[in-house]
Amino acid sequence: MSAILSVRDLEKTFGSVVAAHAISVDVPSGQTVGIIGSNGAGKTTFVNMITGHLRPTKGSIHFEGNAITGLPSRIITRLGISRSFQVAQVFPTMTVADNMRIACAIARGGGGIVGCAFQPLDSPETAAEADAAIELFQIARYRNLRAVTLPQGVRKLLDIAMAVAGAPRLLLLDEPTSGISIEEKFGLMEVVMSALKSRNITVLFVEHDMEIVGRFADRVLAFYDGTVIADERPDTVLANPRVQTLISGTKRAQVGGDAVGRPDGSHA
Amino acid sequence: MRAGSTILGALAFGALAVIALWLPPWLVSLATIAFANALVVLGLIILWRAGLVPFGQALFYAIGAYAVALIGRYTPIRDVFAVILAGAVCAGVAAYLVGFLLARYREIFFSMLSLAMSMILYGVLVKTETLGSTDGFHVEAGSFFGYRPEGEASNLATYWLVLGICAVLAWLVALYFRSIAGALGNPIRDNEIRVEFLGLSVDRLIHLKLVISGVLAGIGGALAALAVQHVDPAMSYWTTSGGFVFVTILAGAGSVAAAFVGSLVFELVRSFAVDFVPGEWQMILGTVLLLTILFLPEGLGSLVSRLRRKPEASP
Repeated sequence: MSAILSVRDLEKTFGSVVAAHAISVDVPSGQTVGIIGSNGAGKTTFVNMITGHLRPTKGSIHFEGNAITGLPSRIITRLGISRSFQVAQVFPTMTVADNMRIACAIARGGGGIVGCAFQPLDSPETAAEADAAIELFQIARYRNLRAVTLPQGVRKLLDIAMAVAGAPRLLLLDEPTSGISIEEKFGLMEVVMSALKSRNITVLFVEHDMEIVGRFADRVLAFYDGTVIADERPDTVLANPRVQTLISGTKRAQVGGDAVGRPDGSHA
Repeated sequence: MRAGSTILGALAFGALAVIALWLPPWLVSLATIAFANALVVLGLIILWRAGLVPFGQALFYAIGAYAVALIGRYTPIRDVFAVILAGAVCAGVAAYLVGFLLARYREIFFSMLSLAMSMILYGVLVKTETLGSTDGFHVEAGSFFGYRPEGEASNLATYWLVLGICAVLAWLVALYFRSIAGALGNPIRDNEIRVEFLGLSVDRLIHLKLVISGVLAGIGGALAALAVQHVDPAMSYWTTSGGFVFVTILAGAGSVAAAFVGSLVFELVRSFAVDFVPGEWQMILGTVLLLTILFLPEGLGSLVSRLRRKPEASP
């Protein structure tokens, strides 16, 4: 498989603080990659650099062979990389249907501002795409509710559905299950992953829950201190004592109650 | 539904045009100014929906007005359509240029920066003799494809001209609100990050809104100059901008029609207040603003939507 995303020697500094450094990764098309690491390990910085939210200090990012390093987020989105956020980014005063309608209309609009002034928001095609996305992400029963009133899990699904509206080839999910109850996490990930698989989208997802990572990722990148310390299959990475030692913030049993990771890698 | 709104709007403008034949001249003049100013309010509504409140929209209003006045003073061009077009272009170019700066700011910074721009123009107008200084100057009466009406006919012709232009622009703004860029007012106000990550530049969207609102304000100023036949620096003063913001609050940002209704109500209240309580007319206007904010926070336009909602709510 050819690499859809290729990252070389990526670095991001904020003054004297090194948030990310020496990150080199190739992601083949169709792969689902889990990104793990304790808080402050550089996971979100990595995602932000790929999606144009942050400009890398050093290094290069190529998407489908084209350099995208430092491009604005809207251009990167138009090129085919989309993302969701740790805190769902939706339009809170609008209904689920209107949120999706806007997302699908923008995707169909082509990116030109003046062009968007001449294209009607409502069209049968836009409505059909919005309805299909709402069905795909199983949020049809919330269609007429304003986003601000939605349960956290549904808001996350809406955020991801909107990110998928532009038919991206690569999607980055920043902690898709954060703030969601343990009971709902797996259900949400099942819905998201089956929807993304049906659209053949390559996925990178940041996650703290190792059971979620183990179940849904084909491959895991373990971050520590701003760089990748392990890049293997989930079972290999999660069994790696060094990973378990260094990523003490990413606890194996965050879903499982009292089993807390220890610095020596063992679990209580 | 939308075709219905367009037909209703066309009928309303048609009725306003016909009814003028029986209205007293002072009311025709008042309505002319009200509808010319409503175009500025329409531009404010475009920005308001995106969460932006410019305190300096008089900048473009004055540019449109002075463009008309200067053309009348220094060129032989008298055709009203040509001078209005010139006013629109001048205001649009000014909005495009200041837009590079304004579109990068939000909230109070946007408001105050736009105010600063209009006060710079005020300062220039006051200090420049060739622009009439503090007194301003007379605006030559316009002609309609060579025909130049006199007296009452001139007032009526200007009223119909304003009404016709308002009808066309109201229809175009309604179309804009139904476009992707026009419908993105609320999303921009709600969440700029999501708009950016859907692939559109929020700054550029706001820049476009600024240009459209600038052109509308410029045309409003041009029409006001033709109607009053005088321009002066007060047209760019902050109180003029404040008046437009007042009318926008009164009208509400919910519909295109509200801009015209709000502007007409404002002019009527102001005229009657000045007439009956000349010493306290500002207090009357202040009270109206207070009552609007307390009882109609979404403006006069929300009355229609409330009436529409009621029958649906009943079983």
